[in-house]
Order: sequence, then structure tokens, then C-alpha cells
Amino acid sequence: MARTSRKANRRHPLATVLLIAIGLVVTGGGYALLSSTTTATADTSATSQETIEEGQKLFAANCATCHGMSLEGTADGPSLIGVGAAAVNFQVGTGRMPMAMQGPQAMQKPPQFTDEQTAALAAYVASISPGPAIPDPSLLQGDGDATNGGELFRINCAMCHNVHGAGGALTEGKFAPELTGVAATHIYEAMLTGPQNMPVFNDDNLTPEDKRDIITYLKYLENNPSPGGVELGSLGPVAEGLFAWIFGLGAIIGLMVWLTAKSN
Amino acid sequence: MTTIERSDAPAEVAAPAPAPAKSGGFTAAAANYIDERTSISGVVKEFGRKIFPDHWSFMLGEVALYSFVIIILSGTFLTFFFQASMAEVTYNGSWAPLKGMEMSAAMDSALKISFDIRGGLLVRQIHHWAALLFIAAIGIHMLRVYFTGAFRKPRELNWVIGFTLFVLAMAEGFTGYSLPDDLLSGNGLRIIDGLIKGIPFVGTWISFLLFGGEFPGTAIIGRLYTLHILLLPALVVAFIALHLVFVVVHKHTQFAGGGRTQKNVIGYPILPVYAAKAGGFFFLVFGVVALMAAFFTINPIWNYGPYDPSPVSAGTQPDWYIGFADGALRLIPPGWEFVWLDHTWSFNIIVPVLALLVLLGLVAVYPFIEGWVTGDKREHHILDRPRNAPTRTGIGAAGVTFYAGLWAAASSDIIATHFQLSLESVTHAIQAWVILGPFLAYFVAKRVCIGLMKKDREIVLHGYESGRIVRLPGGEYIEVHEQVDDYERWKLVDYEVYEPLMLRPNSQGKITGSARLRVRLSKWFFEDRIAPASRTELEAGHGHGAAAHDEIEGPGHH
Amino acid sequence: MAHDEVSGAETPASDSSAVETSRTASTSTAVIASDVANPGEPAHRQRVTDTDPQAAKRAQRSVYTLFYLSIAGSVFAVAAYMAFPIENDDVGSVRLNTLFMGIGIALALFGIGLGAVHWAKAIMYDKEGIDIRHPVRGTDETRARAVEIFHEADQESGFGRRTLIRNSLIGALIAFPLPGLVLFRGLAPQSEDPAMLLSHTMWKKGARLTLDPSGIPVKASDVTIGSVFHIIPEGLNEAPDRLEQKAKAAVLLMRLNPDDLNISPGRESWSYDGIVAYSKICTHVGCPVALYEQQTHHLLCPCHQSTFDVVNECQVIFGPAKRPLPQLPIEVDSEGYLVAQSDFNEPVGPSFWERS
Repeated sequence: MARTSRKANRRHPLATVLLIAIGLVVTGGGYALLSSTTTATADTSATSQETIEEGQKLFAANCATCHGMSLEGTADGPSLIGVGAAAVNFQVGTGRMPMAMQGPQAMQKPPQFTDEQTAALAAYVASISPGPAIPDPSLLQGDGDATNGGELFRINCAMCHNVHGAGGALTEGKFAPELTGVAATHIYEAMLTGPQNMPVFNDDNLTPEDKRDIITYLKYLENNPSPGGVELGSLGPVAEGLFAWIFGLGAIIGLMVWLTAKSN
Repeated sequence: MTTIERSDAPAEVAAPAPAPAKSGGFTAAAANYIDERTSISGVVKEFGRKIFPDHWSFMLGEVALYSFVIIILSGTFLTFFFQASMAEVTYNGSWAPLKGMEMSAAMDSALKISFDIRGGLLVRQIHHWAALLFIAAIGIHMLRVYFTGAFRKPRELNWVIGFTLFVLAMAEGFTGYSLPDDLLSGNGLRIIDGLIKGIPFVGTWISFLLFGGEFPGTAIIGRLYTLHILLLPALVVAFIALHLVFVVVHKHTQFAGGGRTQKNVIGYPILPVYAAKAGGFFFLVFGVVALMAAFFTINPIWNYGPYDPSPVSAGTQPDWYIGFADGALRLIPPGWEFVWLDHTWSFNIIVPVLALLVLLGLVAVYPFIEGWVTGDKREHHILDRPRNAPTRTGIGAAGVTFYAGLWAAASSDIIATHFQLSLESVTHAIQAWVILGPFLAYFVAKRVCIGLMKKDREIVLHGYESGRIVRLPGGEYIEVHEQVDDYERWKLVDYEVYEPLMLRPNSQGKITGSARLRVRLSKWFFEDRIAPASRTELEAGHGHGAAAHDEIEGPGHH
Repeated sequence: MAHDEVSGAETPASDSSAVETSRTASTSTAVIASDVANPGEPAHRQRVTDTDPQAAKRAQRSVYTLFYLSIAGSVFAVAAYMAFPIENDDVGSVRLNTLFMGIGIALALFGIGLGAVHWAKAIMYDKEGIDIRHPVRGTDETRARAVEIFHEADQESGFGRRTLIRNSLIGALIAFPLPGLVLFRGLAPQSEDPAMLLSHTMWKKGARLTLDPSGIPVKASDVTIGSVFHIIPEGLNEAPDRLEQKAKAAVLLMRLNPDDLNISPGRESWSYDGIVAYSKICTHVGCPVALYEQQTHHLLCPCHQSTFDVVNECQVIFGPAKRPLPQLPIEVDSEGYLVAQSDFNEPVGPSFWERS
């Protein structure tokens, strides 16, 4: 919405007032949504005491060695105070936690806990100190504005994750993972909580609608394979160059050898 | 054919009557009509039966030529739809995630070509795949010419023309890559802008003039378009024409073989065999490109989005042929920039730019360097096998290794993620490779060549190991050595080696510095050499020169 | 074994007419070539299609079948053009159109190519021919005549004799392209000084930091620790030269734990409670340096991997860049919004000659 008004303004500079007005509306909307997510936090924290207790047991058995019995963190793992249910759901739900071994970054692997156990862990961590909650499913449907999502994705995400979400390299052996096939919940939670070296994109930076739009864009890419054909990993010119050399020129050289070979 | 020749007679020229239609209907009449106005029969007589030798590697230049034809054909189609303008428009085409975005007319029209014109995406992909192949084919053609010594007299100037085409092709590629004004190519232009600004004295102004003011401005796409579809193609066409004229003048080189000498060329005539093969090959190359374009995405500009100076994508790389330049920039360690005399000296840009210019310059003048070292003024039409010129092959291997290092550096981030390495260690490893690799490659390639020459000599003198083990009456086992036939042997001995120069005073009785340098280079080039077997050696080796006899040799002879 | 001077007598395998005298006697190279005799052309080998009429027939059949296949391919491509139209807003139809037209065209091309080559290889008369080479240089006679022509032309024109005419012509020819060169000054605006332009951005005292691309102003309280905000100056979206300004003014806003920041003297007031703003334009060749790692506080440029350390005022720790990213001094206005204290204190982006 703000984007559209910007375009209008570029051609009609007199409409600056409109831009500011719309900006304020969007900001206000952001605030409204922020408060609504906070409410959601309150709702989730009202989950049954039973769940929280189960989560506590799981935590003590699987996480406390590194993160401390009361989430205060140790030399081996950061404090979890204030990370909220979203961070737990992301880290455990994508199998990054518990870590298999210390390395440049926690690797994605098959989750170690069932959905219920993950939820219990999340509820327990959220019950100790509140933090970002698991996002509302209405934001995860991929029914937002893909254009806005695409632009925000390119500005905020593509430098690490690549314009097609194919992933990319970071410093000292770390990398930004591929986003294709990642669940919408996890994408949302990653933006909200900034796992590991990923920065946090709080709701003042990318509003919940913005996050929804980004998810919409990523899901659009997933559901609409390239009209040009096989994407070669969406890695850009390196993959294209290798393909042209190995398969293109390779096939042609094969034809050349046949062409100049003496016939039987 | 006969009709055409008859019409050559002067008496016929004056005759008002149409061509004698005696020997054939329409074709003969048409041929006569054209010949009377163009004297085309002379061309047919001159070139119709011209001989072209057959070897797969001689087709590489044709791949480049055909790719260029494909590029011209597909590119012409694209120009009918492309708008080389940076005026801002609002996209309203089929790709949903860009609907409503502001972008330049160039990007908008490139997207329209891709999504709203039937076959448009196919032609765009044909154009881009053919461009990648074009430059790859030129590169590999140059390697073939280099490693077989085809650049020697009288072809030195044609090497330079070909080299110029290589540079022009890269310029064509880069200007075309930038035209859609998408995020990827925009960042590429951004890098070019930064690179130009780092040039001492004139950089800032060159950038300012190129972009028509500050980067990115609103002029660059239109200017690149003029270069891409007018100036550069005209130059490429002119240089290709020149290149081919020289191929005709020189006649093609050939590999050593029975009956082949420096004075002849053996192969198939243009009409009919070669026309069918080479003509058919055009369609084969086009077919491969069409298949690639039908099945594989290239440069999905819709993912990159319109250019904006703020975003960037991970894995931002140029197309492969600019990779070596991008890689050179990546390999510079931190801190190579100084303020001196109140000006900024960006050695982190000057050094890689100079390194590339020196590399390209050496490629361009190599034929003259080797010609000077050997002092050989004869024409060479029989190609060297790469092994028979070990130092040249070693230098080539070193050059390829250096280039490959720069090339790999341009994808250091992708290497890092795909092999789970750290970006820094990949860069450090490639830095070491670029410096040490060429020496190692030179040494290994030269030794391998000399080893192969020794083996060839062994085979000529003693035959090859047949793999047949025979038990002698005395109980001893030996492997039967079989002699190669005369033709095979000829291929192995028809080469020359040079002896290093001796330092001798010139006619004024002086030893000049350049003479010393030349002697030193000559020694470096030719000190290690294996001479081809002579007739006497051959006769001493196994008593007679005739082939086709199985010969049993004692183990001592190996 | 034959030892021959290149400058002297011919070697067995070389063309004597091409041998020239080396420039100086001291620098001729000896060539070693084998004196084994050239066995001549090997006997012509008959193909199956030469000896077996059945095989020849089969080959002919394959050739015309391939040509017919090519026609089928062309027809298929035209049919695909019509059968798979591109529907508005349906990129799936683009895929089908591209794929099937491409397959048809490829089939048409391969049919012709394979057919023609097969024809040449299997059916056409395949005895190799011989062309005789002649030295590339003209014959002595031709060369003598060429020299004579030049000499006559010189005599008739007086080109060599009338040096004043000749030299003034050379001078005129050198001078005449100069106006053409001067014309190219018009490629860039006449009245602007690039070094001045490159030294200033849109940032000025009191300019609000706003979100890229929406232009929504950012409050200090919005920026939580570990966040990164992509920032443009207030009013950029309305600027007539938006992209040029954005290419200089793009900023990254990050909040770190204030204790982690190592701030040098004179810069204490440039940040606000751990919130720092740095130019997003790489000091190497100008890519956006936007890969922020919130735990290691590294900023990585995806183009050439220059790495900047945010806690140490964006000093370079890896890669080809030399200078730290310029810092934008920021403060908070009365409404709590982040604003710039001034423009950058140095030119942003890639180095240039006039920069000092």
C-alpha cells in the first residue's frame, strides 16, 4: 500500500501529504497488529499448565545442558530469556536444536521432537519470560501482496538468501540457507526472532503484513516454476556458465567428433 | 556447371540472346543470368573445390561463427520489442510478483518479451545461451590454435584478429547482459562504475561521461544498446570477414599424416562434402542451442527485479566470460589503497586491471614472442601435436591455470556454500593457486609432454606393447612388441625440434642485450627436447623400416 | 638426422620457398627434423555404403527420413505457436509455449543437420582431394611491380619530394578528428563537477531515517538489539533523481549492545544507545554491503566479499576494500524519530581519484 503511494508520489509530488497520511495509517496498522500479536502471546501463554510441565521436563533433559536450567545460558549456549515461543518452534521445529555438534552454525536436520513436544517446549520457554509468539495462521496463507513481498524480500533478504531464496555464503563458513520448501511458519519465525546470525526483523521493521507478503512471494516462487524451464539451482550466471560449457559445448563437441569421424 | 563455363566466353557476353538453354532448363538459365551480371562462375571455379582438412578440432571456430549467426538472428527479433529506455513505467504484465512495480522501460519490455509475446522467452533464451556458447567457442578455438602452434607464420596476424574478436565478443556479451536493467546486471554496472572510478587521473571523469552524470543516471542503457546492436556487431562482422579471408588466403592447417606436407592440404572439397558437413553443422549447433533454450532457464530477470541501488542478491556474478575479471577483483587482500599527493590510488583496482591487461596482452603478442625466439621465418602448415612443443604447452597450461584461478575466484561464494567451506579459506586457497598454480602447471605439463615424446620415440623405434605374452622355448616369458605401420610412424616422426641458440657476436662484433635475452629464452624453450627418430636410428632399432611384421624383442630392449 | 640452419638450406619436411634469411647471422636457430620418408597418402578405404547396395539404400532412407522429420518439426513448432498461446497472467502458459515451440524448432534443426551430415558421410563420394599450397607472399614479379607502382605514384605526386605538402597534410589529418573527440564531452552534463557530486548525499541535519522502500520514519524505540533496518533519507522517494541519490544515501541501521561498540574519540555522539548507521555502499566498487550477521557483527559484501566489523566502526577485516564504511552521525528528534546530525563526513562509495 505504501509502495503504491510512493509510485503515485513520484509522478505527483504534490501528494506528499497523502504519502505521510498513508504512512501513518500503515504504521498505525502495524502497531495495531503488533498489539494483536501480543494478545496472541497472552493466549498461547494460557496453554494448559500440563503442557508447560511436559515442556519443562523435555527442556531439562535435552536443552538445559547448554542453555541452563533456568534458561540463563552457559558457555555452550545463549540465554533463552525473552526468545519466545517463535524462536523455540523455529529452532526445534527445523531440527536445528538440539545441535548435533558445535560448528559455525546450527545445521538444519530432521526434527528430533514431535509437533506436540515442540509445542510443549515452546510453551515452557514462553512461560518463563514472554517473547515473540508463534505467528497467527492467517498470516501464513500466502495470500498477501506478492509484489510488495518481492520488493521487501529483495531489499531485506536477498543479499543473504539470493533473489530466488537459493541461499548464499556468509563469513567464516556460515551460510544463509535455502528458503525453498521451508514452512511458512518457520520463515515467519525466523524473521521475527533472528535465529543465529540472522538479524531480527521486528514488527516495526517489517510489519506482520509485510512478513505475510514476503511469505506470499516465496510461496509464489515455489508454486510457479520458472517459465523458462529447469532453473539450474537458481544460482545465477555461475550455474549457467558451467552448464553452457559442460553440456552445451560438450554436446557440440560430441557432434563435431561424429561429424569428422570417417564413416564405416 | 557446363553452361556457366560456356557463358564465360567473350563472344557470349555480347550476345543479346538469353543463355543457351540447350543443356538444362530453369537452373541453367538462372545461373547464366546471374553470371552475366556478377561473374560468379569465377568464384565457383576458385572456391567450389577448395579443400578443407577434416579434424574435429577444426570445427571449433565454426561453432563460434554459427553461434554468432544465431545471435544475430535471435537478436534482430528481440530488437523489434526491446525499448532501450530508462524512463520509468509501471509494470502491468503477467508476472504477478512484479505487477505494479515501477521499473525502466527497458526492464518492462524485456519482461514483455519473456511473458507476453509468444516465443519471446524462447528467443531470449536462445540469444543468451548462444552468447555464452559464442564466447566459450572462441576461447576453446583459441586454445586449439595455441596448443597446435597454428598461430605461427603466416598466421600471426590472423591470431591477432581472432584475439580482437575475443575481446569484442566479451564486450558484446557484457553490454547485452546489462540491457534488461535488472538487479543483477545493474549491480554489474555498479561494479564497472566503481572499477572505472578507481583508475588514476581520468577514472572519475570516464565514469561521469559513460553514465551521463552520476551513477546510474538515465543514459547508460541507451548507450549500451547502441554499442550492443550497432557498433560492436559491425566490428565483429568486419573482423570475422577479415578472419575468414585470411583462412582462405592461408588455406587451413593440417595435422601430420601420410601424404600431407607443408606444400599441400588434403581433405574434402567445399562442394559437395564440406558444404553438406559444415552447413549441416550450423543446424546442429542451432539445434543444441534451441534445446537448451527450450528446457533450461537462463537469466531469469523476473526473479532479479528492476535495478535499485539498495538491494543485491547473494551470488551476484557476471556471466562466465567476465568472471576472470570479477575474480581478480576478489583476490586482492585488504588494504591496497593509499592516499598519496592528495589523491587516492586504488591499487585494489589498478593491480587486477593491470594483471588482466598484461594477461590479455601476452595472449595477443605470443606468436611474435615465439617467432622472435625461434627466429624461424618459414611458413608452417603442419600442426604441432601439443606434446611436441613442450615449453609452449607448458606456458599454455600455466596461462590456463592462472585464468582458471581467477575464474574460480569469481564463484568463491558458491564454492564455499556447495563444498561447505569457509569463504575466507576458499579465497586464500585460490590466492595461493593463482600464484603457485601456473608454475606447477608449467612444470607438470612440460614433463608430461617430454614423457610422451619419449614414449612416441620408443614406439617408433621398438613398436608398441601388444599385450600378447609369449613363452619362449627356453621357458622365458616375453611380451610381443608390434611395429606401427608406416602411416602411424610418420605421424609420430613428422615434427621438428629446435636447438637452443648459441650466443655469438653480431655483424658489428657486439653482443647486444636483446641477443642475450633471446639466447636465454631460446635455451628455456628448447633445452629439453626429444628429437624425432631418424632413418638410421630406425634401421639400427630393428633392422628394417618396413612395418606389418610382428617382431619379437628381448626384454633387454625395453 | 638432418641438422639444418633455418636461415640456410631447406629441411626435408619444409617448404624451401618459404625459407628466408634470418636477420643476423648470430641468431639463427638449428632445426632438427626426421629424415624418415613420408609414406604418402594411405589407400582409400571403402565404406559399407560403397560396397553394400543394401546399406547405401538404408543410408539414403535415413537421410530423407531425417529431412521429413525436420519438416514435421517445423510444422510442430508452428502448431505449438497456435496450440499453446500465452494467456494473460498465466506464466504456466509461457512455459508450455517455450517448451513446445523449442522442441519443434530443435527437431526441425536437428533433422536438417543430422540429415545433411549423414548424407555427406555415408553417401557422397568420399575420396579426399589435394590442394597445392603456394607461399603466401606474392611472387617476386608481383612484388617488384607493386614497388614500381608505389614509386611511380610517388614520382607523379611528389609525395616524398614535396615534404611541406606532405607534412601539412599529415598535420591536418591529425587535427581533423579533434572536434569529433571534443563532441564526446557532451556525454555528461557540462556544468557539473563529478568530484563535488560524489562528495555529498541527500543526508542533512534533521533528515529522518526512513524505511526502504516505504519511506516510513523509524523511531529509536523500534530498533531492537539484533535488528537491521534498511534505510533511505526522508524525501528520497520524491526526489527527481531518486536512483542517483539512493546510490549514495542508502544506509544500514543496526542496534548492538552499546558495550560491544568500540567508539573512537570524536565519534561518541554519532550513535544513539547502541544504534549505529553506516553507509550501505561498499568502499571497494560500490555494491550494497548488506549481509549483516547479528552475532558476529560482520557486514559482508556479496560481490567481492569485503567484510566490515561493525563493532570496530566498520573497519575492513577481509576482502579487497580498504576504507571502513562511512558512518552517518545520528540522533533522536523531539518525537523520538531517528534523524541525521549531518551528511556523511566523507564521500561514500567507491574510491575515486579526486578523493583524498
